Amino acid sequence: MSNKIIHWFKYGSPQSFYPLAGKMIPWFWALAAIFCVAGLWIGFFVAPTDATQGEAYRIIFIHVPASWMSMFLYIVMACWAGIGLSLNTRLSSMMASAIAPTGAMFAFLSLWTGALWGKPMWGTWWVWDARLTSELILLFLYLGFMALQAAIDEPRRADKAGAILALVGVVNVPIIYFSVKWWNTLHQGASISMSKAPTMAITMLWGMLVMALAFWMYSIAVALQRARAIMLERERHTDWVKYAVE
Amino acid sequence: MKSRHKRIAIIAGGLASLGVAAFFVLNALNSNIALFYTPTQVAAGEAPKERVFRIGGLVKEGSLKRNDMTIRFVVTDTAKEIPVAYTGILPDLFKEGKGVVAQGKLAADGQFTASEVLAKHDENYMPPEAKHAVDTAGQTAKTLKQ
Repeated sequence: MSNKIIHWFKYGSPQSFYPLAGKMIPWFWALAAIFCVAGLWIGFFVAPTDATQGEAYRIIFIHVPASWMSMFLYIVMACWAGIGLSLNTRLSSMMASAIAPTGAMFAFLSLWTGALWGKPMWGTWWVWDARLTSELILLFLYLGFMALQAAIDEPRRADKAGAILALVGVVNVPIIYFSVKWWNTLHQGASISMSKAPTMAITMLWGMLVMALAFWMYSIAVALQRARAIMLERERHTDWVKYAVE
Repeated sequence: MKSRHKRIAIIAGGLASLGVAAFFVLNALNSNIALFYTPTQVAAGEAPKERVFRIGGLVKEGSLKRNDMTIRFVVTDTAKEIPVAYTGILPDLFKEGKGVVAQGKLAADGQFTASEVLAKHDENYMPPEAKHAVDTAGQTAKTLKQ
């Protein structure tokens, strides 16, 4: 009986998480590739042209999932950082550091694709409205988190400083999400929300959701890969790393 | 109390007070965060005078007039209206009955001279056939009302 119980907590130690992550990574890469191909196929060939924006609206298949991921990854990163700070678990802090670059990439992608769409549609690359500005602040929070951790040599202290920055920054995420509701902005309101039916054609919606899944899988795969690298680096003096590398 | 419980409590308390602080700051800055003033706000004298600001609303149906390079139209929020003059290139999405944000100065006679006009898109995405169906349905509804 006792040998059937899975000891979940053992995966909280880098030593046993390292091989597990190694086994999971190829699966997430494969899923990411499948969803990405399917999402782009729906986005470019199945979804109809938009009545007012023409073909330019197709940027939403990258823009919207990237924006979602940039916000969601921040929450996940802050949660790991918070757990690491309060429970002093090594792996949680490593996960937080592993997620940050991916989150920053999605925040950048969201801003960049938004600018490309904004020029022909709105008539400007950039406007200082609440949505755009708070998303830019999110990118700076990610960059600040990474810079702060890189600036402190001792890993445990770097984790603590980074965690406090990450937790303080959490307040920005609901501001981004609700900015289009609370203030008048140039950015349009949400097409998809919990409270009402989506205001877009169903195939367009599918394209976006499948792309969002692809970005999820991609984020998990890269974050795990980066976490593995961080584990090896930080625990390089231990025995298990010597065996793992051989 | 274990030290780990203490840390969790400190973090939770810190986040809660941070949230409250952010709420008050945003509330205080409310009017500065808004990108534009609505015609109703301008009529109430809330907009800055002698200074560049933005107005936003819908382009009134049938109000768009082109005269050489100068474009004239009326911005409305269905309650109040502001006439706008603009010289320059309009964005693709600029249309009568659609959202617009214009930056410029308000003259004493109530004429707004814009230096920049941006189109505001709504959150609806639909194929042309669906748009056509919605428009015809709208027309029918209007005819039925009359």
